[in-house]
Amino acid sequence: MVMLDYYFRLGLRSLRRNPMLTALMVMAIGFGVAASMTTYSVFRAVSGNPIPDKSARLFTPQIDGWGPQQNLQNNEPGEALGYIDAMALMTAHKARRQTVLYKVQLSVIPGGNRDLPLNANGYAVTSDFFTMFEVPFRYGGGWSTRDDDARASGIVISDVLNQKLFGGADSVGRTLDLGGHDYQIVGVTSHWNPRPRFYDLFSTNGFGKEPDIYMVFNRAMDLEMRPGGRNSCRGSLSYTTWQEYLQSNCVWITPWVELDSPAEVAGYRRFLTNYAAEQQHAGRFNWAPNVRLRDVMQWMDYEQVVPPESRISLAVALGFFLICLVNTIGLLLAKFMRRAGEIGVRRALGATRGEIYTQYLIEAGTVGLAGGLLGLLFTAIGVAGVGVLFRPEIAKLAKLDPSLVALTFAVAIVATVLAAFYPAWRAARVQPAWQLKSS
Amino acid sequence: MNIQIRPILIALRRHKAGTALIALQIALTLAIVCNALFIIHQRLANLSQASGVDEANVFVISNQWANADESTSQVDAQVRADLLALRQLPGVLDAAPASGYPLQGGGWDNLVTMTLDQVKPTTDAAVYLGDEHFINALGLKLVAGRNFRPDEVSVVGTQQNITPATVIVSKALADRLFPDGKALGKSFYAMGTTPSTIIGIIDPLHRQGVDLSSNRYAGQSLIWPLRSADVRGIHYIVRAKPGQLAAAMREAPKALLAQSRMRIIDPKDGIQDYAAIRQKVFETDRGMAVLMAIICVVLLAVTAAGIVGLTSFWVGQRRKQIGVRRALGARQRDILSYFLTENLLITGGGVLLGLLLAICMNLWLMLRFASQPMPMAYLIVGVLLLLVLGQGAVLAPALKASRVPPVEATRSV
Repeated sequence: MVMLDYYFRLGLRSLRRNPMLTALMVMAIGFGVAASMTTYSVFRAVSGNPIPDKSARLFTPQIDGWGPQQNLQNNEPGEALGYIDAMALMTAHKARRQTVLYKVQLSVIPGGNRDLPLNANGYAVTSDFFTMFEVPFRYGGGWSTRDDDARASGIVISDVLNQKLFGGADSVGRTLDLGGHDYQIVGVTSHWNPRPRFYDLFSTNGFGKEPDIYMVFNRAMDLEMRPGGRNSCRGSLSYTTWQEYLQSNCVWITPWVELDSPAEVAGYRRFLTNYAAEQQHAGRFNWAPNVRLRDVMQWMDYEQVVPPESRISLAVALGFFLICLVNTIGLLLAKFMRRAGEIGVRRALGATRGEIYTQYLIEAGTVGLAGGLLGLLFTAIGVAGVGVLFRPEIAKLAKLDPSLVALTFAVAIVATVLAAFYPAWRAARVQPAWQLKSS
Repeated sequence: MNIQIRPILIALRRHKAGTALIALQIALTLAIVCNALFIIHQRLANLSQASGVDEANVFVISNQWANADESTSQVDAQVRADLLALRQLPGVLDAAPASGYPLQGGGWDNLVTMTLDQVKPTTDAAVYLGDEHFINALGLKLVAGRNFRPDEVSVVGTQQNITPATVIVSKALADRLFPDGKALGKSFYAMGTTPSTIIGIIDPLHRQGVDLSSNRYAGQSLIWPLRSADVRGIHYIVRAKPGQLAAAMREAPKALLAQSRMRIIDPKDGIQDYAAIRQKVFETDRGMAVLMAIICVVLLAVTAAGIVGLTSFWVGQRRKQIGVRRALGARQRDILSYFLTENLLITGGGVLLGLLLAICMNLWLMLRFASQPMPMAYLIVGVLLLLVLGQGAVLAPALKASRVPPVEATRSV
């Protein structure tokens, strides 16, 4: 320990001896680490698992309703379901929990002291939605399957909307006029906006504002509520009524099922294939079964939730860091070898190669530490200024938290010490006799 | 010059590690700088994409209806009243209803086929719904044919499918469908059960989206003569008289609220001029260009500093040998050119490796992110940049070396 401390002080002294060279190395490490960490903070935010404890048990089924000639690239089926297939899955009820959802766009009709209507966007969902996705509640809760069947007018609102309309008070049981229809509030969520919004990657890019409301899917059907999000169709469209729209090949409903074991997953996959085969048999599909069953992470990957910009900038920043490290290796080599004479003397006085090696690694470690400090400063600036580089809804997800601080330091020190292996090895191989003779 | 190369190579063999490190650094720098420059250029090119819109004078109002139960005719009555009110404003030149607008981001597109029973689509077109004022309100340029007549415009209710008999298309779509240049009067299907006949051609008319899938069909769009009476909402496109944009943007929402208060115009982005629309839709592109530019500059600085540092070390190490050479008659110029040539050799080696790495990185970007192949010009620019950078960086230490006095030869270190 005493020796390590001694080496550390030797290192500091040596760094002071060539301030320019030292500054160069520290700057390079600092810039490299900061560029990597800033872009990583964004990447981490957009690629993170939004529901870690359940992501492997939640699956979104896809069924090919368009056929090979009209499918997406690589014969991938549509990214959502049409009404017929979505209802078939719900009726079959082959999963322990299941839900279907789509985006709706409503408005709160003026009343009380508000004289202008208010936006209320959200989702039409079924009762399992709240348990499947672990929605936290401030007041009340979700609704029951009986309410689904009764096509009830119950509604869950977000605490943001609750704050706007009721000043944050417990509003469960109160009535809300949305677009000219009355709804009974059954629950108020706590802040809940998983990002990426894995459950709706069909209509959103995954980073939207928190939804205001969640209403009963069947109620939305009764009210013929048009999708407030995406709608994707194929072939020639002829529907003019709501019923005709429901029967069309347009996809707009995202289904989710919860499957607890590999056996259940395999079972559900079989069910999907059988369903598609039946549809083919019945003449509705003119092609062989083509189904998918992706879990949350696979679905996010397939939907390319992570913006390509985030990946590219992370890769470029890492490349930049690599160059900074190569640069550091060269400079450390120059620095260490300049002291060949000093090393020769120490070796002649009995220092082992191991000791020289350790000393120089520690010296490099101090460079790494200084680089880490500078890197932390630059990272803080980078994370604060990331709004210049990325869309605001993504930029605001990047945060300088304790884990990022620790990572910045660890990366700076470990990388610098790794970079020092070769220069330190060269230093330790200095021949004492040769050095002493020449000086 | 030629005679110097052999001794330099022999000397470099004694600094294998240092030489290799500089060369490697140059190689990696070249790879990243070439690709970053290419990315910057592509992104900046995106930023300057022409929309076809008279952007200095046009703004868009995004209007959401509050009452979900209104009939198509009720909504349309309100839309017509709104438009009348907007067109009567003193600062307003024209106003039109629209389902979407160029550079909106995302948007509506339909697949296009030439016949009704064709299953595999020919191409894809962004779809705009508008009335006979639409072209003038956006300030689009009609290059062939004619505008819609008022009697051709019909009303379309919420998610109804009406395929008008007439259509105005962008030149890009016309050329894609009818490469012979005779698109006027021809017809096609855009997911309808009846065809639409081209009566006018506009150039250019950007799509709503700027994403990768939109760029595959860049500039391909169509306008149908339909006035949207969608119960969810509508966009109003308003063109102000020159110089009166700000005033018109202030007056327009007041005029609409005077018509009816059962609407939602978002206070934050319910009314946007084209400067804001362009800014928003290209935010990612601009950010990417800025980031790549920062990385390029810092990277070049780091590499230059690395060269300065390592060369200075070599100069310091070789003071005695330099002194000997000077004592034996080498001029200052010879010493200077020795170090410059040495750097040129190292940089040259690094650049060769770097070219390979740059191409590999471009291939990775193409494979993974559907990027374009990088033109040769970027490689050439990158190589020149690094050669100049290397020579520039080595100049100071080389000058210092050239000033080592011959007497140095007689001193022992």
